[in-house]
Amino acid sequence: MINFLANPERFTRVTAPLRPWLVGLGLALMAWGLYLCFASPEDYQQGDTVRIMYIHVPFAYLSMALYAAIGIASFFGLIFRHALADAAAKAIAPVGAVFTVIALLTGSLWGKPMWGTWWEWDGRMTSVLVLLLFYIGYIAIHNAIEDEQRAARSAAILALVGLINLPIIKFSVEWWNTLHQGASVFRADGPTIAPAMLWPLFVMIAATHILTAWLILVRIDSEILARKYRALRARLSYN
Amino acid sequence: MSHPSLLSASLALLKRDLSMTLTRGGGPLLAVGFFITLMAMIPLSLGPDSSLLSRIAPGVTWLCLALSTLLSLERLFERDYDDAVFDVLRLGPLPLELVALLKCLSQWLGTGLILSLLTPLIMIILGAEPSLALISLVAALLGSLSFALIGGIGASLALGARKGGVLMALLVLPFYVPPVIFGAGLMQAAQISASPLQALSFLAAYALFALALAPIAMGAALRSALN
Repeated sequence: MINFLANPERFTRVTAPLRPWLVGLGLALMAWGLYLCFASPEDYQQGDTVRIMYIHVPFAYLSMALYAAIGIASFFGLIFRHALADAAAKAIAPVGAVFTVIALLTGSLWGKPMWGTWWEWDGRMTSVLVLLLFYIGYIAIHNAIEDEQRAARSAAILALVGLINLPIIKFSVEWWNTLHQGASVFRADGPTIAPAMLWPLFVMIAATHILTAWLILVRIDSEILARKYRALRARLSYN
Repeated sequence: MSHPSLLSASLALLKRDLSMTLTRGGGPLLAVGFFITLMAMIPLSLGPDSSLLSRIAPGVTWLCLALSTLLSLERLFERDYDDAVFDVLRLGPLPLELVALLKCLSQWLGTGLILSLLTPLIMIILGAEPSLALISLVAALLGSLSFALIGGIGASLALGARKGGVLMALLVLPFYVPPVIFGAGLMQAAQISASPLQALSFLAAYALFALALAPIAMGAALRSALN
């Protein structure tokens, strides 16, 4: 499957028909999810602010999932010289960075009424901030090295080193200070959230993930087109 | 022509790099000067309140140590890369991973070691207890070794980039988080006479981890830069 999609032409041919479906399904789920967000009951402690969570949690998941995706794509790009994996990693990075910012901002908006502060130097929040720094470094290395292949290789090495290091950094930051609540949705003993609140959360998670998949497919496709354009222009100026 | 043995080649490279680190471009003096300047800026920016300074002395000293090692790491590979020394080294018996590791080690011996020796002194000037000197020296030695190795990854990745120095700082500083946390945490534990052993083990573990991981990453990055 992964090798099958390494050919850019084939990738576009296979994924282009998927895109309208993804966008349609994603938008429909998003509409349903947003309706559920407002129809769901208030939290007995948090009141209306609990609704911020339906935005915050999906983007917090995505910020980490996309970094893992960059790591996996980098692995294939670096080890198997998979041509599209580099394009995928490059296409994912800005999306992940923006989603990390959204997670931080919504968390901050929630924190002000709940914890009484916009920002607290708590373990989980700080490690998400470090994650944002990684994204910025990853994007910066793509921009700073002119040769495209070299930039991709350097970025891939950075992503892999980061992938190994992130759990250590996360662990050390949590050891340092923790205020943020622990995981409450995906737990071995089942979720600790009331079903009335779990539903809108799940629908929103599904909607954001599907729309993100669509966005990334579009971005990979435009990266392929940009490469083609650069190659054509280089050939024209050479002749 | 017979190849020299791995050991003698390694020692020769280490000797050469160490002498380059010590003499070239101001040598360790630059990093030492930066370290001391940073230290002097702290009371100037926070005020001379000695109870505040003694409380933050360990953490701030670690931050200064991290930044000073970063400063000197910027040109770890650049000179040899520009002068095509790497092309020669590639023909020799040493794998690039080992070459990179030896360069990091000589950088650490030439700069990190000296900065580590200064660390207890700086901490005490800022107001920490003199009884913490020994443990802070051990911690600084381990920490600066991690800094040198992780910094080597950044330096090899930033090779040939525009504004490599700033890029390197951006890439490397997030990886400096664990040693800074455990180094400063260790000193805080020692300050309230709790056992610093836990943090010290983490610090040592991270240094060993960097020792194992960094050569692989640096080797891959150098190979990509040289092709």
